[in-house]
Amino acid sequence: MSTLRATAILLSKELRLEFRTRELLSATIVFALVVVVLFSFAFDPTAAESRRYGPGLLWISFLFAGSLMLNPSFARERLNDTIDALRMAPISPFAILAAKMLANFIFMSVVEVVLVPVFSVLYNVSLAGVAGRLILVLALGTIGLTVTGTVFSAISSHARLRELLLPLLLLPILTPLLIAAVEATASLLVEDPELDRTWVALLAGFDIVFLTASWLLCDYLIEE
Amino acid sequence: MKVRYSSTVFVAGLIFFAGYAALFIAPDEKTMHAIQRIFYFHLPSWIAMFTALSVVFVANVAYLATRKPKWDALGVSGTEAAVVCCTIGLATGPLWAKPVWGIWWTWDARLTTTFILWLLYISYLLLRGLLDDPERKATFSAVFGIFAFLDAPLVYVSNRLWRTQHPQPVIGGGNGSGLDPGMGKVLLLCVIAVMGVMIIILLDRYTLEKLRQEFEELRLEYETLNLEPASIGKERP
Repeated sequence: MSTLRATAILLSKELRLEFRTRELLSATIVFALVVVVLFSFAFDPTAAESRRYGPGLLWISFLFAGSLMLNPSFARERLNDTIDALRMAPISPFAILAAKMLANFIFMSVVEVVLVPVFSVLYNVSLAGVAGRLILVLALGTIGLTVTGTVFSAISSHARLRELLLPLLLLPILTPLLIAAVEATASLLVEDPELDRTWVALLAGFDIVFLTASWLLCDYLIEE
Repeated sequence: MKVRYSSTVFVAGLIFFAGYAALFIAPDEKTMHAIQRIFYFHLPSWIAMFTALSVVFVANVAYLATRKPKWDALGVSGTEAAVVCCTIGLATGPLWAKPVWGIWWTWDARLTTTFILWLLYISYLLLRGLLDDPERKATFSAVFGIFAFLDAPLVYVSNRLWRTQHPQPVIGGGNGSGLDPGMGKVLLLCVIAVMGVMIIILLDRYTLEKLRQEFEELRLEYETLNLEPASIGKERP
């Protein structure tokens, strides 16, 4: 079976599994919402202040939500040892990893689609004119988050204290992504929005570096 | 073993002499005076850290390629040596910065990068502690080590573009840079001495890790043969 086809089949399995209960998605959305609301107590949420702190707030809440949401990605497979069945299938190990990355990308995008308008309303930040460019930044940032996060989810699923370990491994690695995503988003929230290309390039670079690394190293992550 | 013993004594002597040279032989700095002398240990500890991290990266890649436990032992030894050097660098920096910059810490590119590196490699050591199966521990920590190493330049570039305050490189940093020859000699001595300390720590830790691996293998063999209760010499309950 070609890797592409195997990935598509596994992706549909991941999506079916999640959309049957939607428990992971709803919990993650509520968690991100809680973070966004709690931030309103950390500074005075006027329009001017929100423009300054808003991008950071938004991305921190995505990173926190992501680092919690990605945990079950592999841990779920350990529950009934279904990961062994996947490993035995005559498919490339990258298909297993890629399907999970794509599924997590879709879940994270759903969270963002809900959260960004809520953020815009709560913090009085207008996003209407910059929607297209904002989607580009969100997509690039989310790719980086889900690629590294899925890899580390495979690692932490075998460890003790895995719920604590995943954010610990993931968040420091994401520092460059956080800086670039926040700066790129901030360049869209000012009076005269113009997308800062340096940061978009850095985001794309981050995605390419870690996507290549996970493609090269996936054999070691999925093996037994 | 004899070579190891005598080289440890030699490095110990060297580091004492380097300390003496940094304090009393190196010429006085024009504006910063005595506080500048911390630089003779600050810079060498960073050089030693980056050397150790390169060793770790090579060991991680080599482990994944060959699956020989000795590379895993080298990886963990190198990481511990690097974390020690990084801690020295992070501690000596603020001691110098407070009187010179007036602040202990600033979120400058180099400071942030090394701080993030410190966190990453501490996570690496934590990860090893939380994985039980020895082979999985070796494989996963090697993968994480490679990811962390790839992340370092990205962290640096992103912070560099963002904000920077650290003094520009003094040596080879373009016009007007360069050291007094007296300072250069002392600095070279300190770099050699600190590198020596790092290598001694790394090698000792490597020997220890090899012994642990051997011990663990023997213990497993013992358990499968069912000769003795397995409680003897277990690392953790």
